[in-house]
Amino acid sequence: MQITMSVNDTEYSAEVEPRLLLIHFIRDNLGLTGSHWGCDTSNCGACVVWLDETPVKSCTVFAAMADGHRVRTVEGLERGGELDPVQQGFTECHGLQCGFCTPAMMMTARWLLDNNPDPSAGEIREALSGQICRCTGYENIVRSIRWAAEHEAADRAGAPGEFGDSVQEAAG
Amino acid sequence: MTAATKEHEPNGAYGPMRRKEDARFIRGCGTFVDDIQLPGMLHGAILRSPLAHARITSIDTLAAEGHPKVKAVITGQTLAELGLAWMPTMSQDVQAVLATDKVRFQGQEVAFVVAEDRYAARDALELIDVSYEPLPPVVDAHRALDPDAPLIRDDIAGQTDNRIFDWAAGDRARTDEIFAAADVTVAQDMLYPRVHPAPLETCGTIADMDKVSGKLTVWSTSQAPHAHRTLYALVTGLPEHKIRIISPDIGGGFGNKVGIYPGYICAIVGSILTGKPVKWMEDRSENLMSTSFARDYHMHGEIAATKEGKILGLRVKVLADHGAFNGAAQPTKFPAGFFGVFTGSYDLRTAHCEITGVYTNKAPGGVAYSCSFRVTEAVYLVERMVDVLARELGIDPAELRMKNLLRPAQFPYTSATGWEYDSGDYPRALRLAMDIAGYPELRREQAEQRARPGPQPGHPGTLMGIGMSFFTEAVGAGPRAHMDILGLGMADGADLRVHPTGKAVLAISVQTQGQGHETTFAQIVAQELGISPDDVEVVHGDTDRTPFGLGTYGSRSTPVSGAATAVVARKVRERARIVAAAMLEAAAEDLEWADGRWQVRGDPDKGKNIAEIAMAAHSGLELPDGVEGHLDATTVYNPPNLTYPFGAYICVVDVDPGTGRVRVRRFIAVDDCGVRINPMIVEGQVHGGLADGLGMALMQVIAFDPEGNCLGGSFMDYLLPTSMECPSWELGTTVTPSPHHPIGAKGVGESATVGSPAAVVNAVIDALAPYGVRHADMPLTPAAVWRAIQGRPLRSDLAIT
Repeated sequence: MQITMSVNDTEYSAEVEPRLLLIHFIRDNLGLTGSHWGCDTSNCGACVVWLDETPVKSCTVFAAMADGHRVRTVEGLERGGELDPVQQGFTECHGLQCGFCTPAMMMTARWLLDNNPDPSAGEIREALSGQICRCTGYENIVRSIRWAAEHEAADRAGAPGEFGDSVQEAAG
Repeated sequence: MTAATKEHEPNGAYGPMRRKEDARFIRGCGTFVDDIQLPGMLHGAILRSPLAHARITSIDTLAAEGHPKVKAVITGQTLAELGLAWMPTMSQDVQAVLATDKVRFQGQEVAFVVAEDRYAARDALELIDVSYEPLPPVVDAHRALDPDAPLIRDDIAGQTDNRIFDWAAGDRARTDEIFAAADVTVAQDMLYPRVHPAPLETCGTIADMDKVSGKLTVWSTSQAPHAHRTLYALVTGLPEHKIRIISPDIGGGFGNKVGIYPGYICAIVGSILTGKPVKWMEDRSENLMSTSFARDYHMHGEIAATKEGKILGLRVKVLADHGAFNGAAQPTKFPAGFFGVFTGSYDLRTAHCEITGVYTNKAPGGVAYSCSFRVTEAVYLVERMVDVLARELGIDPAELRMKNLLRPAQFPYTSATGWEYDSGDYPRALRLAMDIAGYPELRREQAEQRARPGPQPGHPGTLMGIGMSFFTEAVGAGPRAHMDILGLGMADGADLRVHPTGKAVLAISVQTQGQGHETTFAQIVAQELGISPDDVEVVHGDTDRTPFGLGTYGSRSTPVSGAATAVVARKVRERARIVAAAMLEAAAEDLEWADGRWQVRGDPDKGKNIAEIAMAAHSGLELPDGVEGHLDATTVYNPPNLTYPFGAYICVVDVDPGTGRVRVRRFIAVDDCGVRINPMIVEGQVHGGLADGLGMALMQVIAFDPEGNCLGGSFMDYLLPTSMECPSWELGTTVTPSPHHPIGAKGVGESATVGSPAAVVNAVIDALAPYGVRHADMPLTPAAVWRAIQGRPLRSDLAIT
């Protein structure tokens, strides 16, 4: 069947099998491999992308269901060569290790901050509760998202400020 | 020790530093195996056995071969003709690549389809018709050695029962004597259940055999690319220099990606048969049901002590369930891994353990999941036994531990079973953990809670529990005279090239799966050469570009390759000294290394840094006779001993007696892994390990029903901790450098996974003390806790209650 969707603001049309999963369409057909597949059962959330304005587990969405919709993936987080504060937060606070769950975690984090600019640690944990990270024990992911929230708040206030416990570069 | 502390000045290249590898991951630009698409690439899929034990009577592949998108169907018969139906495991056993005679566990590999796309490959599996004659399975490890137990490994000549090995350590007679004379002895059965490492990225491979050059390139999720290359050469007969293994970015390993799996061999054969690259990625169920499990140790522990609480001895019997093939990856001399360190952190006069390994109709594996070669099981055993003893004696578990911990003056310490602990200050770590926790206040709160009517048996309310564990790890395998994988000594190489402008490229044999090697190893070179970590590129994960070594597992990267890196950097520095001497027209012995450069002793104005020296080393500068130009160096590091990181963990839980639900309120972890190269990364590793330990203690188990059906075959059944189960970890640090490691570092990657399960279980059992519960096996799910409260503990390895 023929489907058309916008992925990260670029229009794509393709002839696909009706059973093709959105995650496979994004990865194999479009070559956008930042989103990952991890479990088949909607438990791990490594495949989270946005369908229109909502994070979905793209291993449980047919590509056909995204026909006529907008999809946003990790490749669409960076804007005009500028990292999203969420991306900055993850590297500042060591919110990733192997990097496999990271893109999906960041997509959920972006959605959370768009809907709740100042989330508590508990609200962040709740938002991430449908996703699994095997490396970080979650603590630094929570800190990363808090870093982004504080950074964005400071940006909104127009004042460059202190942003949480960012890592200092070691002197060379 | 002094050398190490001197080397580690806080203003050097060590310290928290943002990771270099993050730049690609946060942009979604990592390259994992499944991200790679090669021109003309085909896709493989595996047909697996639905039965745990059955004879194969026929396989009909005709219909599958007729599928329009199928390029090849491979069975055990195909492989047998190539001599590849069986492959060696890393424990002197063999494992079926594709079954020819029998299937021996549910999920075993039976046939392999190569097709144009991954969906078609799976479709074709449905078209293969296999006839099975079911056989009675051996599911309960305790029944594996019964005289009438079905024989699983009838393929091994002379094998008449399901026994794999008997192994013992320690002094049996002396231990029996001590036990006979002791004031107090206590015994406890406990199970460390079968779990699975479940990295978020499953295992997979792309095999590409180039017909023209005869070179095989394999992109693989491998923690040990060099070991894999040698094994492929031995298995397939391909010349080793015509095999290239590339481990690109790896989505977590935790031991799951040490071994070679049948799918890898099938993909290689598929590429040879079709002349095209073949990708095989397992799905989650395949990962959980067929690749390396961990633990499955049925342990009987006994502890002897004086009535004052001085621990005298430990006696352990273990029944080790290894599954259908002995696929554990461990040094040849250690069939039970390093379980021999089960005396833990205590000054015991004597100890003895005996371990029997058995075959069952379950997936093979054994050593995986951040276990440091079975130190996990050993630590759990001793830490549970100490708590059981504390209960028996009515002594606070913290006090009992403090009374028996090794003292700093006892190091280096040789344990009752012959392990030489390198360094430690145990009481300091325990005191720090208790300070952070506010231990006396916690006990006071618990006492007050217990005094109130609420939490008593039969009343609603929560039950507060406080548990601790003190672990000693044994990591960094290892001295090559004693430790190997399939005869390959566990030494690792490092090559360091310094370009004319002073920028460096380090090539190492170990393979990151998230540990941040590209950053920390650059920091080591930077520290040794006085340059910026940004000026050091770390090359790894490609056997054509890196020196030989055994790879990353058992927390060995920093102890072994970290040492190799420091040593090779010091070799470069010594070469630089000679060049600097020529540049400064001074004698080499009159130079000293200070402030990141060679300078004339007593005349700090006369000095040259590495960039200046590197340019000179590549120039026409006249060098002393016999001195080659350039600064490049190479080394192989053979560790003189393991390193022994340690730590003190305290867990606070609240248990709902009505539902059995456990909430981890706090977790305090003090880790001592010697000198920390990048404390930010160390803390991240500890966080991850703590989550693992919490998961194993409370949630994770690969159980089986009486027919041998795997009950943990998806993330709906095999529960992993999420952000909701994990507390905000509270960490503390002490630093006791390793005296034999060039920079005083010890491994840390598995410390928290090893140390934390006992703390969580001890906390839950402490909470259940009012009910008289002395032990319950992991995972302490609500059902398990509730049953323990009822006095009817659950057997967690089997769906038999």
